[in-house]
Amino acid sequence: MSALPSDAAVLAAPPVRRGRTWSRPAFGPALTGGLVVVYLSVIVLIPLGFVVAKSTTGGWSAFWASVHTPDAWSALELTVGLSLVVALVNLVMGTLIAWVLVRDKVPGRQLFDTVIDLPFALPTIVAGLTLLLLYGVQSPIGLNLAYARTGVLVALLFVTLPFVVRTVQPVLLELDRDMEEAAASLGAGPLTIFRRIVLPTIAPAMAAGTALAFARALSEFGSTVLISGNVPRQTQVAAVNIFGQIQSDNVHGAAAVSTVLLVVALIVLVLLNVIQRWVARRD
Amino acid sequence: MRKTVLSAAALGGAAVLALTGCGGSSNGKPSSGGAKVNLALVAYSTPQAAYEKIIAAFQKTPAGKNVTFSQSYGASGDQSRAVAAGQPADVVAFSLAPDMKRLVDANLVASNWDSNQYKGNVTNSVVVIATRKGNPKHLLDWPDLVKPGVQVITPNPFTSGGARWNVMAAYGGTIAEGKTPAQAEAYLGQLFHHVPVQDDSARASLQTFVGGKGDALLSYENDAIFAQQNGQAIDYTVPANTILIQNPVAVTSNSKHPVQAAAFVKFLYTDTAQKIFSDNGYRPVVTADATRTFPQPTGLFTIDKFGGWSTVSTKFFDPASGVLAKIEQGLGVSTSK
Repeated sequence: MSALPSDAAVLAAPPVRRGRTWSRPAFGPALTGGLVVVYLSVIVLIPLGFVVAKSTTGGWSAFWASVHTPDAWSALELTVGLSLVVALVNLVMGTLIAWVLVRDKVPGRQLFDTVIDLPFALPTIVAGLTLLLLYGVQSPIGLNLAYARTGVLVALLFVTLPFVVRTVQPVLLELDRDMEEAAASLGAGPLTIFRRIVLPTIAPAMAAGTALAFARALSEFGSTVLISGNVPRQTQVAAVNIFGQIQSDNVHGAAAVSTVLLVVALIVLVLLNVIQRWVARRD
Repeated sequence: MRKTVLSAAALGGAAVLALTGCGGSSNGKPSSGGAKVNLALVAYSTPQAAYEKIIAAFQKTPAGKNVTFSQSYGASGDQSRAVAAGQPADVVAFSLAPDMKRLVDANLVASNWDSNQYKGNVTNSVVVIATRKGNPKHLLDWPDLVKPGVQVITPNPFTSGGARWNVMAAYGGTIAEGKTPAQAEAYLGQLFHHVPVQDDSARASLQTFVGGKGDALLSYENDAIFAQQNGQAIDYTVPANTILIQNPVAVTSNSKHPVQAAAFVKFLYTDTAQKIFSDNGYRPVVTADATRTFPQPTGLFTIDKFGGWSTVSTKFFDPASGVLAKIEQGLGVSTSK
């Protein structure tokens, strides 16, 4: 089962060639491998490396000084905390939505199925503005969440909705119903079936989707900049803090706070990868 | 395996070289041999409507007959950074002088850009206190803004360069009322405790205010006029002591068409252009027969009162040690350590 897209891309290069058309050995993998490395370097690794390098130009103490200002530090705390909450809510609700879309014959589920991806298509600044008009000071439904952490949370939930749904859904579709029916005929209750049969199969996809949602929430700017109010140490998220540092020509500080976000995301992604491997080995 | 890595690295290096090579050469536009020349105007966003009308008027004059324009509008700081990083520009217009200084430092604008009789500024404005229609809380001057229960909307001075005019207006206005610099700094600290939303730009703050948040909005006079022209139910008061906002314009030193660019900048100071600016809420720098009259505050001051922008930028807006950095870091919970 492919867990994370990056794993899938690396594994996609086949170590064994079949057929006779590949008469020159070593050329195929060298070409595909080289292409992948060049692509990843130009698109991802060099830019990220540049950010990290920029953040450490003044040495460790300068890096720490940039990150540990009261406003940058509380922006980071708020962002990581909210992203964890967002990831957990997505883990539960995303899985539930995927389950309903695949298993329950809810009327209109095809419509829901189409709508799920729309948060990806909407520019996030429009999402922020829409949420502000709906849940702001002049809310037509009397729900005022704007300029507070709750508003930021709602915005983040909006933009991260598709991740868990879209990773879990295809796995649920592929799931062999025979095993569940066999378990049921042997007297297992629905909870036991879910816990012993369904959950182990979809758990890696749930973890992958949750990790993506977490990483996305860490970096979100467009939807939060309008609805949060941006008051330092109260509602300012890390991305807006970074934006302010860039506007103040403090590129080093911006790079330093960005590097912290990258490290946090990396830790979470590695942690989930380790858990997945551990789960896979236990099976 | 080793061979794969090596070949990949070589490919990667080649690709990077190719990319940087392309970037370098694509900057130089071929200068047109024909009669038509194209000028790139890179400006901050609020005067967009004015510039579009002025360009149309310029193209009707002999000097502008064969000149076409590519126009780019955005946040003043972003536009300045983009030009410094290589975006082609013949004429640049910003909301405050530090954005021009960035280009002087990058050798893209001549250091004597501010040597004309208008000191390089093409429009003026003042910082005003915008309120709800009828000004129900009677917010007329700086001390009114820090009364209990009053909410003030102003952009974050670190995300919005233009918001720095608001801060310096409040600071200078307080000093003009007889306070010491230390008391005026304390006033700024008080003021920001009354700010529930610090948007990233002046236009976003205007949006927040007309969306129903806050009792007062610190705004440029031209933005307040713009909002009224768009039918928003707001009033505004010009405080007795406020700052003169000055918006600079310049020809870049690497312009491919310096003659036409200079002609356009010269046109900006004509009565025709200045009248268009005043129609859009800006105070003209050339005394023209403006369609609207602008109230003259008795205690109007400029940024030079505090040593000019380079001094003010360091003292107030240094992201680590500036007065405003300390104020922003003091917001919210009292201690974090």
